[in-house]
Amino acid sequence: MRSLCFYFQVHQPWRLRTYRFFDIGKRHVYEDEYTNRTTMQRVSEKCYLPMNQLMIKKIAELGSKFKFALSFSGTAVEQMQLYASAALDSFKNLVETGNVEVLAETYSHSVTSLMSKDAFVKDVKDHVRLMKETFGVRPKTFHNTELIYSNEIGADASELGFDLIMTEGAKHVLGWKSPNYLYVNAINPKMKVMLRNWKLSDDIAFQFKNGNYTVDNFVEMLNSIPQDEEIVNVFINYETFGETIDASEGIFEFMRYMPDAVLKNTDFQFVTPHQVVGGLQPMGVFDAPIPLSCRDEERDVSTWIGNDMQDDAMESLASCFRKVKNTKDEQLAHDWHVLTASENFEAMSTKNVNSTPYDYYINYMNILTDFKNRII
Amino acid sequence: MRVLMFGWEFPPHITGGLGTACYGMTKGLAKNGVDVLFVVPKAHGDEDETNVRLLNASDVTVNIDNEIDRSYWDRVQYMEIGSNIIPYVGPEQFATMVEEYRRATSHFRSSVFAPRYEFSGKYGANLMEEVARYALIGSSLATKYDFDVIHAHDWLTYSAGIAAKETTGKPLVVHMHATEFDRSGENINTNVYAIERRGMEAADLVITVSDWTRNIVINKYGINPDKVVTVHNAVEPSDKSLDEYERSGLKAKVVTFLGRITYQKGPEYFVEAAYKILQVDPTIHFVMAGTGDMLPKMVKRVAQLKIGSNFHFTGFLKGNDVDQMFAMSDAFVMPSISEPFGIVPLEAMRLKVPVIISKQSGVSEVVRHALKVDFWDINGLADAIYGICKYKAVAEIFKNEGKEEVDNLKWEFASKKIKAVYEQAINIKNRI
Repeated sequence: MRSLCFYFQVHQPWRLRTYRFFDIGKRHVYEDEYTNRTTMQRVSEKCYLPMNQLMIKKIAELGSKFKFALSFSGTAVEQMQLYASAALDSFKNLVETGNVEVLAETYSHSVTSLMSKDAFVKDVKDHVRLMKETFGVRPKTFHNTELIYSNEIGADASELGFDLIMTEGAKHVLGWKSPNYLYVNAINPKMKVMLRNWKLSDDIAFQFKNGNYTVDNFVEMLNSIPQDEEIVNVFINYETFGETIDASEGIFEFMRYMPDAVLKNTDFQFVTPHQVVGGLQPMGVFDAPIPLSCRDEERDVSTWIGNDMQDDAMESLASCFRKVKNTKDEQLAHDWHVLTASENFEAMSTKNVNSTPYDYYINYMNILTDFKNRII
Repeated sequence: MRVLMFGWEFPPHITGGLGTACYGMTKGLAKNGVDVLFVVPKAHGDEDETNVRLLNASDVTVNIDNEIDRSYWDRVQYMEIGSNIIPYVGPEQFATMVEEYRRATSHFRSSVFAPRYEFSGKYGANLMEEVARYALIGSSLATKYDFDVIHAHDWLTYSAGIAAKETTGKPLVVHMHATEFDRSGENINTNVYAIERRGMEAADLVITVSDWTRNIVINKYGINPDKVVTVHNAVEPSDKSLDEYERSGLKAKVVTFLGRITYQKGPEYFVEAAYKILQVDPTIHFVMAGTGDMLPKMVKRVAQLKIGSNFHFTGFLKGNDVDQMFAMSDAFVMPSISEPFGIVPLEAMRLKVPVIISKQSGVSEVVRHALKVDFWDINGLADAIYGICKYKAVAEIFKNEGKEEVDNLKWEFASKKIKAVYEQAINIKNRI
C-alpha cells in the first residue's frame, strides 16, 4: 500500500488597525478588533464548524482508515479562544478521535525563520507550549510558515527535537526528482523531509473553483502516479472548505466522498505525517541552500523580504528581540507575535499590484515605534 | 475708499491659503477704513461678512447681446485644465477634486453664455470655463457698483479684473500670491503664464507677497519694476494655546515637515538631513505630514536608508490636526526650493515651535527668529535641526521671541500698505 498524507493549515492573522503618528506612546492596541472578530466568527460558521463536523463523521465511518494532520497557528487559537469558543471545542473533539496529528509551526505564522535563529527558536517553543495547553499533545512534526525551508532551517528544527519537517516540492530544487518520496535534510540526515505535491494540492484549492474538478479527477491523478513512488502529500488550507470556496460549490461534498473513493479505487492508504518516519526509507538528500517556500511561481521568499521597506521593517523588528525574549509581560509577548506575522511583510511587497505597500509600511512602522518605546 | 475685490474663495469654504489670506486682508482693510466688495464665484451664505460685503457671481446675470461682454469673450482663452495650474493644490488632491466635481455636475451641462451660470467655486475640471465666465461677470458687476479701485487675487481672477477695468476705467491692482514658476518649476503651463503676464501688464500696480516673488515677476515676466510693490503676508493671531493639545507620546524630540510633498517643497532635503542627524543621534524622530506626488518616492527613500522607525508619515492633515501636529513638534522645517511666501512656519511659530526655513522663501524676509538655510545645503539643514533639538537655550529663544514676532505680523499693518498701494494706483490713474 502506498501512502496519502493530508495536512490542513488552520490560520487567521491578527489584522492591524490604522495606527497614526498621533497614537505613538499613547495607545498600545494594534489590532483591528472588529475585523478580527467578525472574520473569525464568519470563518467559524462557514468553515471550521461544518468541516469539523464532517471530518468527525468520516472518522466515525471509516475508523483508522481515515486520518490526517492539522496545523493550528497560535494566533488562530487565540482568536478562537476570544471569539469562537465553539469552533475551538469542536477542534478539540476532532483531535481527541486520535486520527489527527497536530503539527508544530511558528506561533503567528511568522517569518522569524528569516530573521534570526534565536527568534525562530522562541517562536516555535511558544507554539509547542500552546499546542500542549490546548490539545494536550506535543507535536513531533514541524512545518514552517508557508513551507519556508532551507538546509539551515531544517537543521535548526531538528535541534528543537523534531525528526520530520515539511516543505514544498519545489521544482527548482528537485530538478528531475519526484516529490513523492521521503528525503533527508542536507545538514542533519536524521531530519526527514516531506514534500508537498503541489499539483494535487493546488488542483483542489484552485481547479475546484473553476468547476471542472471532481473526486474522479483526484482519484485518476493518484492512479497515474508511477507505482514505485511511495507517498503523496497534499497540503492545503483548511479555510479552502467553505470560506475560500463556498459550500454551494460542493466543496464539502468533495471531502465527503473523496476518502471512500480513494480507499476503494486506488492502492493508497491515509497516513498521518509522523507515521511515515519509521515506515519509509528516505530516498536521498533534499538540498536547499537558499530558502524556498510554497508561494508564487518563484517558490522563493521574495514575498516577505527583499524590498527596502520589508528589510527596514524586519531589521527594526529584529533589534527588539533581545528585550522581548525573556519578558514576563504577556501583552508584550503577544504584541511581538502580532508584529512578526508574515502577513505584515507580505503586505509591504510590491509584487502584488492590488496592494498598498507604502501605506502598510508607514502604519506598521508607527506601531513598531510605539512597541520599541515600550520596551526601552 | 471702496475696493471691488475679485477672489476665488472665502472662508469657511477654502481649499488653500488664498482664501485665508484674503480673509485676513479684508479684515485689516476694514480696520484701515477701506470698504470691500468681495466677489466670489460662489457664495455659500455662511461666510463671515462682518468686514466685507460678499457678492455672489452665481447671482449675476449676463446679457449675451451686450457688446462689451461679447468683445471681451473673444479674447478669453479657452483651455483644458491640468493639475499643475491650480494654486496651493497637489496633484493627488486635484484628482480627487476633479472626481468629486464630475460626480456633482454630471447631470448639468452649463454654458458660459447662459443668462445665469452656477459656479462651483472649486478648482474642478471646468475651472477654465469658470474663469472665463467669471471674467464676464467682472464687467457686468463693475457697472452695477460704485468703487474707487479694483483688486484681483491670483491669475484665476485677473481676467475679471481686466474686464472690470476696461468697463469702468477704474485703476486695477493685481496681487501675485504665487507665480507659475513656483507651482511648476521650469516646466510652466504657458497659458497660465500668459494670463498672469497679461494681468500684470494691464494692472496699474502689482502687489507681490515677497521680494522673492517680486524678483520673479520682474525677471521672468518682464514687468516694469516701478509698478511692482512687495507687501508681505501676515497671519491672524491665534487664540489657541499649546495647553489645548495633546503632547507627543514619544519621549524624544520630534522634527516636522508639513506641506505638499512635491518637488517645490524640497521634501527630499528633509529626508537626507534626517538621515545625517540619525547617524549622530538615533533618538530624534521625524515626521513628514502631507501628501503629494513625491510621497511614494520619499517612503522608498526612508526605507532604503533604514530609518523607518524614526521617520513617520501622517498623510494629509487638516484643521485641528495641523495644530495638533505642531503641538507635538520640537522643530518645524520648511526646505522649499521656491516659496512665494509660505505661511505655515508662521502658524508653527504661533504655537511656539522653533522653525527652520529655506532662504528661498518669502517668509524668510520677514521673520528674524528663525534659522535660515539654503534649501540645497543638507549639512546646514542638519546642523540647524540638531542645534534646535540639542541646545535648549536656542530653542527657548526661538519659542518665545518667535511667538512674539509672529503675533506682531498683523494684517492690520499689511493692509495699511495695501491701502497705500490703492492710493498710489488712483493717483497714477488721475494723472493720466
